[in-house]
Amino acid sequence: MSRNRAILGQLYFALFILYLLVPLAVMAGAAFNDSKLPTIAPWKGFTWTWFRELWADQTMWGAFLNSILVALAVVALAVPIGTAAAILLNSISGKVRATLYGFMVAPVLAPGLVIGISTVLFWNQLGRSVGADDFFLFGRGLHLSTLGQVSYISAYVMLLVLARLQSFDPGLEEAALDLGANHGQVLRRILLPHLYPAIAASAAIAFFQSMENFNVTLFTKANETTLTVYVFSQVRSGITPKINALAFLLILLTLALALVYEVNRRRRARIEAVREAEARRAEEAMLL
Amino acid sequence: MEDLIRRYGTGLTAVFCLLVAFWILVLVILPNFAMFEQSFRPYLPVVDIGGPKDVFTMGNYEKILANPVETSWFGIPITIPIHISTFVDTVFFSALVTLMTLILAYPLAYFLAKVANPRSIPTLLLLLFIPMWVSEALRAFAWYIILTFNGPLNALLKALGIIDQGVRWQNGVVTSYDAIVIVLTYCYVLFMLFPIYTAITSLDTNQIEAAEDLGSPWWRTHWRVVIPHAKPGIASGCVMVFMLSAGSLLVPTVVGSTKANWFPQTIYTWFNDALDWNTGAAYSMIFLLVCILFVIVMMRVFKVKLSDIAK
Repeated sequence: MSRNRAILGQLYFALFILYLLVPLAVMAGAAFNDSKLPTIAPWKGFTWTWFRELWADQTMWGAFLNSILVALAVVALAVPIGTAAAILLNSISGKVRATLYGFMVAPVLAPGLVIGISTVLFWNQLGRSVGADDFFLFGRGLHLSTLGQVSYISAYVMLLVLARLQSFDPGLEEAALDLGANHGQVLRRILLPHLYPAIAASAAIAFFQSMENFNVTLFTKANETTLTVYVFSQVRSGITPKINALAFLLILLTLALALVYEVNRRRRARIEAVREAEARRAEEAMLL
Repeated sequence: MEDLIRRYGTGLTAVFCLLVAFWILVLVILPNFAMFEQSFRPYLPVVDIGGPKDVFTMGNYEKILANPVETSWFGIPITIPIHISTFVDTVFFSALVTLMTLILAYPLAYFLAKVANPRSIPTLLLLLFIPMWVSEALRAFAWYIILTFNGPLNALLKALGIIDQGVRWQNGVVTSYDAIVIVLTYCYVLFMLFPIYTAITSLDTNQIEAAEDLGSPWWRTHWRVVIPHAKPGIASGCVMVFMLSAGSLLVPTVVGSTKANWFPQTIYTWFNDALDWNTGAAYSMIFLLVCILFVIVMMRVFKVKLSDIAK
């Protein structure tokens, strides 16, 4: 009975993975088809043309650069904001904490287009009320995309850092203070080193979330494009398999990152297993 | 608070508070307030803003009631305003997407949490994560290629002899929203899977075994033991998938037919093509209200708290 169930489960899992991967494989395959339309059937022969065209596409490179700049700006803003929010939340309790927490996670649930529209309207209104309508910082542009994205990406940082704070021993800070450390040292030498794994992970997540973002960016941008918006406009206005070449490269990058992560994880698991075995042997030796 | 000042001093504590205040006030509360306020003002040329014509009005909200069209719901012909029709379709088909992702994801979540070998779990999860890291624009584009008239799906079905003529999938077979529903389900199924997986993992396996030892058939074990325990996960998955689907602008534009309009597309037209930001704001207020309503309904149906959903 439970054997059957395991086999059925594995079958379902395999089908599910197939369902997730086949569309991506079709898209990647079409990058090599010598056909003006992006498709794999009919197959008209192998070609590298689309990769050469992609390489020569100045708009794509500009969009790519914009995406990276916005993502870096989002990381630079969201990581300090989220970390400060987690530290603040961790030191308060009761009704205030619950309210603050609600306001912090609400943007994660809010639809991207609402975030985009409200950001544009607010900065525009602010520009009008200080009498600087035409000043570029109050108009639509990638700086507003950055702020819109920060409003919800900060929440991811906050959640990750808050989780990490649960395993922090505040006694260490007390000890440091008693031994004469100043406030800056307590933060820099005691708390932050403990939080670094969470901060690094949240920086990576913030970067990729920002690269991926479409809705907020579409409503807040002016004439610039980011990579996602570029793909979108290409798909809308008659496509060439250039986009497939781009997709192929991005999928390859994803696979490489996943592979590095998996190898790293297995190595760490092996080291852990060896350590555990050693500890067990030592314990047994002591008992004897 | 005193604790923070004692540990990090007044200066650093002030920096923390300023950062948080900037986030909550300038990036979250004030923009939403601006949207709320502007949705009640008429769309005016710049010179008239602040002038006598700039008054509070419900005019922007009334625009959703204009332009009645004839359509049919479940075969019953009715005449309703076009934007209301788009709105109802968006909510209905987003709910359908939510249901489909739930049906697809639940068995897999159960398999991963309780049946699969625990040592292989990290690898299996990584396999599932890979497609999620590929951008949504590209995943929608992949389906555009598959569903297109001269595409691989039609070629495959013709080769197998299932159909003689190519099918225009993007125009839909059952309803004109078929393609959108299929692709949204594909894009967001993992947002349903992970919360349910996390919820089932925390269920004590002994409870399942006890139910089985006492003679409960597999479906009753799920209905009475596993699903009640997984409720917070199911609620949070449903909220995520519904919000993402209803708010998607990319997927309907890429794979939708001209007959299938999605509410975010309507908002985008007001905002970007008509440059009528005020009406755009009014429409997104309506949209936001429905989203909030959906969260409340989910909390009632599954009897969970907001902090269980927003994890």
